[in-house]
Amino acid sequence: MAHEIHTDANDPSNVTNPEHAQHHIVTPLQYTYVFATLLLFTGITVGAAYVDLNWANPVIALGIACFKACIVILFFMHAAYQSRLIKMTIGAGFFLFIVLITMTLTDYISRAWGMW
Amino acid sequence: MDSAIATTDHADVHAEHDHVALPQHRHHFETEEQQREAGSFGMWLFLLTEIMFFGGLFFAYLLYRNWYYPAFAAASNQLSVPLGAFNTVVLISSGFCMAVGVWAAEMRRKSLLVLMLVLTTFFGLIFLGVKYDEYHEKYELHHIPGDSFNISMFTNPAGYGIKEEPLAPDMAQKTQIFFFLYFAMTGMHAVHMIIGIVLLFWLTWRAHRGDFSSGYVAPIENFGLYWHFVDIVWLFLFPLLYLINRHPLH
Repeated sequence: MAHEIHTDANDPSNVTNPEHAQHHIVTPLQYTYVFATLLLFTGITVGAAYVDLNWANPVIALGIACFKACIVILFFMHAAYQSRLIKMTIGAGFFLFIVLITMTLTDYISRAWGMW
Repeated sequence: MDSAIATTDHADVHAEHDHVALPQHRHHFETEEQQREAGSFGMWLFLLTEIMFFGGLFFAYLLYRNWYYPAFAAASNQLSVPLGAFNTVVLISSGFCMAVGVWAAEMRRKSLLVLMLVLTTFFGLIFLGVKYDEYHEKYELHHIPGDSFNISMFTNPAGYGIKEEPLAPDMAQKTQIFFFLYFAMTGMHAVHMIIGIVLLFWLTWRAHRGDFSSGYVAPIENFGLYWHFVDIVWLFLFPLLYLINRHPLH
């Protein structure tokens, strides 16, 4: 069984792989780097929680959580190596989530507007 | 299902193209890449609905934390940071094993894949064990919202040897909202882990049978996406519930 590689060259009408998805295999070495980074930042976030930084405490904790989530999505979940369609889908999902949070928060913030 | 094996050329589109007759390749996909892409796309759409689902709980937390901050700070300080941090490390390790498992499936290394799936399950079970211990402690302290909830630890912290400002009884009642959200959020997360572990048993059995070591990686890859998503939920739950209300206790 000859395994043909579906490049753009032998698919001029762009039918066989319209998203130009390329299959990329992330190596265990890369996973190890990600793993070490996640452990390091877990240590940092626990340490930072014991230092009184006033308003900066939640900002740092959530910033580190977002950073960790990003590298999990990009490398453990291979988002960095996916087609534009999938990257757009992921981005659109998070964008919609932020829109929903913002709209609901505006409602709660403005509900008692001028009544204090 | 079993008849859906691609064997024919699509001469009308491009006669020079031959399909590779792999058993996992469904006839309605032009190529394996396209099939794989469609699978990943569908999995991501499912995960986005999960983000919306957990997002509602995170939003409730955000709102009530702002309304009843003293109660949330006092109640949050009753959670064990060492146990939470330990569980974070356990879950990251589980995710790492899952990621290496996907690589092993790509490399068609059956025994390594089975080993990695078993380790993923093992770490997942440790996580649930620690979670059980934490829930049990809350049960014994009467910190589960409902009729038997006891606010005395928050109205009279000195009586329990806790260095914390005492709360007024009405604010102390609001600690129930923190614990309700704590149980709802970590509980839904734990349900996802239990579902994942059941799927892991099934995938391990299939991997052992050799289903995923001849080029058919999609179920392992898509389960990996689910498992990493569950990790990410915990990466947010841990700081929000355990860490950020922890005003300068030593």
